[in-house]
Amino acid sequence: MNIVVCVKQVPDSTEVKINPETGHLIRAGVPSIINPYDHFALQTALELKKKHDFKVTLVSMGPPQAKSVVQLGLALGADEGILLSDMAFAGSDTWSTSYALARAIKKLGKIDLILAGMQAIDGDTAQTGPGVAQQLGMPQVTFCEHVDVDGRRIIARKLIDGGYEIVEARPPVLLTMIMHKDYVPRYPSFLAVNASLKKPFHVWSAADIGAEPQFLGLKGSPTQVDKIYPPPQREKAAMFSGSGQEGMAKILQIMKAEHFIEE
Amino acid sequence: MIEVSKKCIGCNKCVPVCPFAAINMVDKKAVMNEACTLCGVCVQVCPVQAITITREEASARDLSGYKGVWVYVELNETGDQPQAKKIKQVTFELLGAGRKLADELGEDLCAVLLADKNHNYDKELGAYGADKVYMVEHDELFEYNTDIFSTVIVSLVTRHKPSVMLYGATIQGRDLAPRVASTLYVGLTADCTALAIKDGLLLQSRPAFGGNIMADILAPKSRPQMSTVRPNVMKMNEPVHGRAALVVRESAKLDKSLRRVKVLERRISHDGGGVRIDNANIIVSGGRGMKSREKFRQLEELSKLLGGVVGASRAAVDLGFKEKAHQVGQSGTTVSPKLYLSFGISGAVQHIVGMKASDVIIAVNKDAGAPIFNVAKYGIVGDAHEIVPKLIEALKK
Repeated sequence: MNIVVCVKQVPDSTEVKINPETGHLIRAGVPSIINPYDHFALQTALELKKKHDFKVTLVSMGPPQAKSVVQLGLALGADEGILLSDMAFAGSDTWSTSYALARAIKKLGKIDLILAGMQAIDGDTAQTGPGVAQQLGMPQVTFCEHVDVDGRRIIARKLIDGGYEIVEARPPVLLTMIMHKDYVPRYPSFLAVNASLKKPFHVWSAADIGAEPQFLGLKGSPTQVDKIYPPPQREKAAMFSGSGQEGMAKILQIMKAEHFIEE
Repeated sequence: MIEVSKKCIGCNKCVPVCPFAAINMVDKKAVMNEACTLCGVCVQVCPVQAITITREEASARDLSGYKGVWVYVELNETGDQPQAKKIKQVTFELLGAGRKLADELGEDLCAVLLADKNHNYDKELGAYGADKVYMVEHDELFEYNTDIFSTVIVSLVTRHKPSVMLYGATIQGRDLAPRVASTLYVGLTADCTALAIKDGLLLQSRPAFGGNIMADILAPKSRPQMSTVRPNVMKMNEPVHGRAALVVRESAKLDKSLRRVKVLERRISHDGGGVRIDNANIIVSGGRGMKSREKFRQLEELSKLLGGVVGASRAAVDLGFKEKAHQVGQSGTTVSPKLYLSFGISGAVQHIVGMKASDVIIAVNKDAGAPIFNVAKYGIVGDAHEIVPKLIEALKK
């Protein structure tokens, strides 16, 4: 089987800077990491590769420096890396991003399984995975904790509201991954990083994937950011100190006042 | 536009799956008629990729005919036992929010219901404010399935052209809405916390970067303008019993082959075991200050009494007090419950980022200078080991 893992570079910062003119996020100068959910999707793919000898290709979209997350994936054991990087992609919303990723995956040829994080921690939309699946005409299974492949059957454990389902799909299918409870992210050794530099890595432009310009970037995106602003500031905490008994009584009083428990 | 290329081999696979009977075989080639909604089901089943759908450029669309505020009706998940499903509360919240939008736009508020059987759902939806209920009853709609539900929604939208469509930001809503938005090439804004009308457009407000910033989003060029809306954010109206909605029955031709993902097993946990911290209403969280795994367990009892779930700081997880799945923070899960009650958490930056979007934060810590008090609404300086058992005792009464 051929597996594609979609990975995104996200800012690892509590301070978000905003361009006051365009209202867009300024990502330069902020330390970047692989989106944690994508990291889990990647490790899931690499476990399948180990078990079944599948090929794992990484696809990412972002500025040239997003190469580092693809490089991380290669060092952890993926076989090939693609970075979609082109000014034409700038300002893409989830629709346009899905369109570009789908075009790139199409170019890779026959793909059996696509794994992606359930959402990225910067946008938190969870929309790009289903968008890619739809653009490629594939079924999707979202919010998966675990995936197994048995011949041509793909079995996933997915969350539903209030519980979970075990579902079965045939390839090709796209799964989005949440982290399961025993997950520990792995990072490559220095030697593995060095060795990964020899693995195939390509940067593709909009033209390389045959993407039509009217569907890309700000122009092709159905949603527009009207305004970005800091959330309303909280007032300073109302402080209280006292004995255990008094503290307990105070908490009860607050929870009643805020309607979390009945009078 | 939909086109069939010369590659078409006349295999006839697309004809039975078309939900609108829009495909005929003419001289061993598929030909689409005007019933086609560009839903794309035929593209999915074509073995030779002969069918292509090209979408018009967004700026070229005529948006004038789009009217009505739609709410997707979500039914609860049930286990293996057959039982009538209930409408989820988030649906009523959406009707509350949608009512205001519809009144401001001077349009109808419509509920969209997909089910195998109508258990008086229309009466409830009317009572909560819907003017109309678009109802599709079909055996294949007995459980949620992405392919089947998105196909039906796309067809209804194409037929009736609403201006706004709202979904709950639940697992189901966040699976369905992006699929529909992608098919229709329309804007979708995730996880909205406020909705308003601005110059006739839907203004959608949402937090991003784990609550660090707020963004207002518009989708001026496409219809419907779609949003998923967080549960427990919008106010539902008091139901007016006897207020009836006009029921519009819609038919759908659904073939079994549309169901490409099959459910082998479904488990619903009634004790809240399926509740995850990322969509919990109440979180009782503990940190290093809880001192031991045994003492940390008291928080589980407390959270159970409050109907909440247990969260933990990274320190508590690293010390083995609680499993990683409960970790709140940048390296764990970002949460925004209605109540976040923390014990013995000092408030490292990486923890604060993951919980500061909570509506009400009550923090208990021995150290009056703990940074968690900077984001808390209420700060209690005191000993968690004294307060927690007393609180459990008081709540039991």
